[in-house]
Amino acid sequence: MLASIAFYVLAATAILSAFAVISARNPVHSVLFLILTFFTAAGLFVLLGAEFLAMLLIVVYVGAVAVLFLFVVMMLDVDFTELKQGFLSYMPVGALVALALLGELGLVASAAMSADGAPIALTPALPGDVTNAEAIGRVLYTDYLLVFQMAGLVLFVAMIGAIVLTLRHRPGVKKQDIAAQVGRKRSEGVELKDIRPGQGIG
Amino acid sequence: MEITLAHYLFVAAALFTIGVFGIFVNRKNVIIILMSIELVLLSVNINLVAFSAFLQNLEGQIFAMMVLTVAAAEAAVGLAILVTYFRNRGGIAVEDINQMRG
Repeated sequence: MLASIAFYVLAATAILSAFAVISARNPVHSVLFLILTFFTAAGLFVLLGAEFLAMLLIVVYVGAVAVLFLFVVMMLDVDFTELKQGFLSYMPVGALVALALLGELGLVASAAMSADGAPIALTPALPGDVTNAEAIGRVLYTDYLLVFQMAGLVLFVAMIGAIVLTLRHRPGVKKQDIAAQVGRKRSEGVELKDIRPGQGIG
Repeated sequence: MEITLAHYLFVAAALFTIGVFGIFVNRKNVIIILMSIELVLLSVNINLVAFSAFLQNLEGQIFAMMVLTVAAAEAAVGLAILVTYFRNRGGIAVEDINQMRG
């Protein structure tokens, strides 16, 4: 019973805050509602017995992605009211497509019955006395080692891509050039002048 | 009333629809479009985890982790492109991005 109440509260919060993400006037509010959506989704994961994934969702999304969004929203000096123009003109066709999509997905979801027509009950996936994180670790590091390493590769490439994209070489800036500094010869730095007595350097 | 698989599928369907709708109505604001894509990926994750719990099979959660990784990478690269574009053009209006037209 308590789990049912928790599910309805979390689901309602998730859907309402997701709608607030796309309809908020201020993008900072959008990011904050996005964080709320991820938190409630993490709650749904806990209800499903996937505690490790819930933790991961909070750490990765709220800790990294949402903060990245906040950084970008606050760093770029953009007039967001201007970008909000055309919201209403795109609304009808968007609503049409969204309704069609929701109807189709709802049909599929309502067809999620077992073979004898009864609705499928959910049972938290817990093999024996093993915790969720340990069970995931057992599968991830054995059967899905390649997927795990591929995820690392994806993150690596994304990191390099982001650095390459945002690294900026401004021409007028003075920087230390260690190769030039070490490769300097005496003849380039020192010059002997023969100064005659009574006269300065001409 | 007991919570069944269909309940979770309905929530995921609603989130997916809201994400697609967000892409439609915020045509000019790339940041909101990126957030809508995150919503869509989140709904996919909810589906994967719900089916994982229903089938008593952890592989769904492994793939949800994979989706999570790809979503994080996509957000990082997308925002990096956005920052570079803002530096070059002084704005982020999507409709101006037609310079690569042949």
